[in-house]
Amino acid sequence: MTWKWLHIVPPDTRFDFIGKRRWSLGLSIALFVISIVSLAVQGLNFGIDFKGGILIEVRMEPPPNMADLRGKLNALNLGEVSLQEFGAPNDILIRVQASDETEKEQNRIIGAVKDALGEGVDFRRTEFVGPKVGAELVQAGMLAILFSLIGISIYVWFRFEWQFGLGAMISTIHDIVTTVGLFSLFQLEFNLTTVAAVLTVAGYSVNDTVVIYDRIRENMRKYKKLPITELINRSNNETLSRSVITHLTTLLAVLALLVFGGEVIRGFSIAMVWGIFVGAYSSVFVAVPILVYFNLRPDQPPPGSEPAAAREAA
Amino acid sequence: MLNFSTWKILVIVFICAFGTAMAVPNLLPRETAETLPDWIPHKQINLGLDLQGGSHLLMEVEVDSVLKESLNSLVDEIRTAFRKVRIGYTGLGVQGTGATVKLTNPSDLEEARALIRNVDKQLEIETTESGQITVHWSESAMRERTKAIVDQSIEIVGRRVDETGTREPTIQREGEDRILIQLPGVKDPERIKQLLGKTAKLTFHLVDSGASAADAQAGHVPPGDVLLPGLEKDAERGLPAAYVLKKRVVVGGERLTDAQPTVEQGRPVVSFRFDTAGGKRFGDATRDNVGHQLAIVLDGKVISAPVIREPILGGSGIISGNFTTEEVTDLALLLRAGALPAPLTVLEERSVGPSLGEDSIRAGKIACAVGFAAVVIFMAVVYGLFGVIADIALLINLVLLLGFLSLLQATLTLPGIAGIVLTMGMAVDANVLIYERIREEVRAGRTPFSAIGTGFERAIATIIDSNLTTFIAAALLYIFGSGPVRGFAVTLTIGLMTSMFTAVMVTRLMVVQWLVRTRPKALPV
Repeated sequence: MTWKWLHIVPPDTRFDFIGKRRWSLGLSIALFVISIVSLAVQGLNFGIDFKGGILIEVRMEPPPNMADLRGKLNALNLGEVSLQEFGAPNDILIRVQASDETEKEQNRIIGAVKDALGEGVDFRRTEFVGPKVGAELVQAGMLAILFSLIGISIYVWFRFEWQFGLGAMISTIHDIVTTVGLFSLFQLEFNLTTVAAVLTVAGYSVNDTVVIYDRIRENMRKYKKLPITELINRSNNETLSRSVITHLTTLLAVLALLVFGGEVIRGFSIAMVWGIFVGAYSSVFVAVPILVYFNLRPDQPPPGSEPAAAREAA
Repeated sequence: MLNFSTWKILVIVFICAFGTAMAVPNLLPRETAETLPDWIPHKQINLGLDLQGGSHLLMEVEVDSVLKESLNSLVDEIRTAFRKVRIGYTGLGVQGTGATVKLTNPSDLEEARALIRNVDKQLEIETTESGQITVHWSESAMRERTKAIVDQSIEIVGRRVDETGTREPTIQREGEDRILIQLPGVKDPERIKQLLGKTAKLTFHLVDSGASAADAQAGHVPPGDVLLPGLEKDAERGLPAAYVLKKRVVVGGERLTDAQPTVEQGRPVVSFRFDTAGGKRFGDATRDNVGHQLAIVLDGKVISAPVIREPILGGSGIISGNFTTEEVTDLALLLRAGALPAPLTVLEERSVGPSLGEDSIRAGKIACAVGFAAVVIFMAVVYGLFGVIADIALLINLVLLLGFLSLLQATLTLPGIAGIVLTMGMAVDANVLIYERIREEVRAGRTPFSAIGTGFERAIATIIDSNLTTFIAAALLYIFGSGPVRGFAVTLTIGLMTSMFTAVMVTRLMVVQWLVRTRPKALPV
């Protein structure tokens, strides 16, 4: 029983990635700019991990009347209180905005909310993050992202050449900014697990990039005379089948997470699903085509406006 | 590439068997697994608080307030010492981590220096010709002090938590002045926070009957006395809002050997017992002051000030006051556990109730099962028999991952489960890389043996390169992440390693066995 392997990607594709690079890079720049503008204009919807405050998840049977509940909690005068349905009508998230007093008063505030809701309520989760820890978590998150960017670039630079390091760096920045941008654009809650997802996306995307870079390096040794644009196109096409299949398997796993993994890690799952698309796209359409601009073969003139591969393309 | 020596096969089989043995206890109910004898694997995966339910508290020891207090008392002691021998001075006060003073007569310098040295040997003293003296504790002395305060706090926190009957609490220092408290299965973290929020410093003072509280409130506190407030709820009942007490402590809470809640005349009270020295001091003081008021002070507030009717010589007594039953239970607990050297502030709390934890575990299991099934079917459809081989490797990978998590007693969190699901998707990447390479080699005209050999050989370098970048991200997540996110980094990292092993070793072994047995003329690529 050795049934035939499936060709998800037909063999011998000759897609002209380099010839289309103006389109793909244009799209990337557009996504990048939208992300930056969104971040600048509306910023991120920080969860309490970063903003500080109190979060209480309750399950109430029967589902409560939100307006009543809101009135009841506002009557406590605890400052800014917000309510949100969390996955089901009887699961409610209660958020209390942090103030200077929160740190000293948090136990009283939590107690007051619990008393106000009364008996028969299942308190599923209580989180409090003081402003001090919130600020530290923001700093740690930014450092983690920054260092992974640097670490990945240096690693790729050491294993390959500086051009590849730079390409990996640019595509990683692209992935990070557009993923964070997605959270800003749709005002999805940005918390600690989101940072974990962003870092995973960065690692995952570069993982994919490295596979293609590996092939480019191999082909550079193999085809010494081949024009660089053609060589890059060839490498990209040779690894296309692997890229597509790998992204599909990862996507299957992450979709299972998104659908069945529950509300608590929904943000993580969304970031990962998006990250797989971004990662798949950025390796093939950003990290690789951008190498053309970095003069991979100093002895060859940089490509003109008419890449050789364009003539060959179907 | 295609030859496996016998010992290599044995190593691969051994690792798989070892990992499986480590993973097996997880199939048993927890109670059963705990009763297994030591010589067979019995460790189960450690569930994080977000999965098993419980409370994570990060508290800060307010060391500064204690240090400030000790600076104030340093100034007091210097003042007393100078006054005793009539050394003239000006401008005595706290400065930085020490004190400063200027002598009126610079010729007193040597004597002053000796006096200060007597106050505290650890002080570093600097003097100028003009009689200016600055003293301060060295940085190492301050650090030692901080460490001592935090250490003692950890001990008291531990005792208080134990008194509440929490099972398996973890209490550890975090950074310089923080305490991380993990309380699995705690249902009422508010009560524990409330207990930890009190320093519970208990002292007995005589009330200065010659001074009036009104005068003292106006700023005329007699020397050697101190003005302390009463409880707010007592003031509402018409009791004094404040008391003037002798500063000298008759006896302190550190002399208590026991404290229990009890009832006297129908009212809840705390009965206590002093050690020998404390009992003697208490006895002497009550004998000499019959008819006077003795104030019981807790955390800077007078909780009651009964009149001493007769000497209390047995070394035990009661603390009465306007208490509820719950309050006396807590007070007795706090007094038994001892006073905190410094107040604690809650910096961060993450408490998860059992229902959410169970839901998360269930959701995680379903996501794992669905993700696994989807990947397995997909691989079998795409690669046929080779896909099934990859699927077997994936299953082994999953078992190894669980085995190593159990062995290392790493904590599995909800993001950690997400890491496992993600690992399943990414683990087959190594297989995909190898198979695609084999496909290319076949197309390039190689024989099955040669294609498979070269395919594995060329793919391995790529697999290592590409996995290392994910490893960099995971390592940084571990370094900078906290709590549940660390769990994610752990499963991702272990998953990367096990998947490299299964893809490169286990898959290869199986493919080679198939190749040797069937000796195919062509590969089904």
